[in-house]
Amino acid sequence: MDYSFALQQLVYGLTVGCLYGLLAIGYTMVYGVLRLINFAHGDLLMVSAYAGFFGIVIFQIPWPVSFAGAIILTALLGILIDRGAYKPIRKSPRINALITAIGVSFLLENLGLVIIGGRPKSFPMPDVFAGSILLGAVNIPALSIWILVITLVLLAVCLVVVRKTRIGMAMRALSRDMETVMLMGVDKDRVISFTFALGSALAAAGGIMWCMKYPAVEPFMGVIPGLKAFVAAVLGGIGNVTGAALGGLILGLAEVLIVAIEPDWSGYRDAVAFFLMIIILLTRPTGIMGEQLPD
Amino acid sequence: MLQIEDLHVNYGGIRALKGVSIEVGEKEIVSLLGSNGAGKSTTIRAISGLVSAQSGDIRFEGKSIKGLAPHKIQRLGLVHIPEGRKVFANLTIRENLMMGAYYVREKSRLSKLFDGVYEMFPVLESRSQQLAGTLSGGEQQMLAIGRALMSQPRLLMMDEPSLGLAPLVAADVFRIIEKIRIEGVTIFLIEQNANAALRIADYAFLLENGVISLEGPGYELLMNPKVRQAYLGGVTEET
Repeated sequence: MDYSFALQQLVYGLTVGCLYGLLAIGYTMVYGVLRLINFAHGDLLMVSAYAGFFGIVIFQIPWPVSFAGAIILTALLGILIDRGAYKPIRKSPRINALITAIGVSFLLENLGLVIIGGRPKSFPMPDVFAGSILLGAVNIPALSIWILVITLVLLAVCLVVVRKTRIGMAMRALSRDMETVMLMGVDKDRVISFTFALGSALAAAGGIMWCMKYPAVEPFMGVIPGLKAFVAAVLGGIGNVTGAALGGLILGLAEVLIVAIEPDWSGYRDAVAFFLMIIILLTRPTGIMGEQLPD
Repeated sequence: MLQIEDLHVNYGGIRALKGVSIEVGEKEIVSLLGSNGAGKSTTIRAISGLVSAQSGDIRFEGKSIKGLAPHKIQRLGLVHIPEGRKVFANLTIRENLMMGAYYVREKSRLSKLFDGVYEMFPVLESRSQQLAGTLSGGEQQMLAIGRALMSQPRLLMMDEPSLGLAPLVAADVFRIIEKIRIEGVTIFLIEQNANAALRIADYAFLLENGVISLEGPGYELLMNPKVRQAYLGGVTEET
């Protein structure tokens, strides 16, 4: 493996890793607050991809507006999913919520299938994101740079929100003790809605970038990224925002690395994630940055 | 100020409260005594909306608050310090206090509230940037009280504030409760430490198996042979 080949793989790995990371942050935030694995999270990526696609291709809306609209729409859908599906069973055992989450995921996928159809649609890439920079022998797609920059910016925004703002403080408090948060006079459902909106918006941003990288929009496109983001979140320590981003990067790099070392193994690419998850669950179940759980 | 009328609460299939009536007058300290499982915590949790009542009524300043969400009840000025202090261990002390004043936006009002709490509990100011989980049990109780004061309560409900504290620290807590009352806050106190609770109480209720079995001014209950026998270790001579 020569130097420029390794760098080239690093670029690929970072790009995919950022996308996993973005999706994983939403997973981890919802888990942190509700102790719920929101399996519908991956499907939000699909929803935002369709929204972006319809905006640009069907309604001919300029791409910045379409993308912003897709993100807002997905954030609202995140709130709606919580209010419609999870809020009514907030006091039920966690397994009920988990099964509901799987149900919501199937619902979104099959709604997509029924309403839009299963044939993949080609996602248009605006010119700004096209092209690439040649650095020696390393070809860096402009999109990769965009993905890296946008991911870092969104991660920074998330960290500031969680650590420095009032609502972020309430999110951290809620993750520890929901009942006492209510006794503080805080409307917990507003905090939970905000968490869903933020997480879903990140998934939406990830979804749009995902589609520019792999431009086939179809109803089940969110399944594999969703599962991998879940692995990334567990890897980084579920409940921890920085950990989720880190887990995403590690997963992206590991996937690319395995194919780079042995191209014949490219068929096992998706297996890498689950292999990593088994290892982490056996050796360090709380993940890389996860804290020891109190109970 | 707070009227509870014929309150019935079923809790996990058990009839925890079977017609409890309590009245707390303005600027009083009212104690609710009783042994473990008598229904004290259920009473306070029903008042703050954490558990729902089957029947009866709860009125705060004349308006029924039964069935309101806990955060709405809190914002009326009816603030509940839960049993076991329940500070947010993963937040700093300052953030914990901030949670109590979540909806206070004005900087000047907020810093006035902080000043008030820090004046009462200087230890919280010196350690304001530390995580609340690093505090001792007594300090955590001070933080829980300080956090509740940040909400500017009109009526403060305290569930076993002296539980698990060393006697000297517990005595501090009771001194602070009296101090808070002097500042014009009504106090509804749940205690197992009947002796201390009755000494500071204007009026007290005794809860047994979900019903009020005895009520009267604090000193009267303190002298009552039945109370002395059951809750004050059977010591009959004056202490």
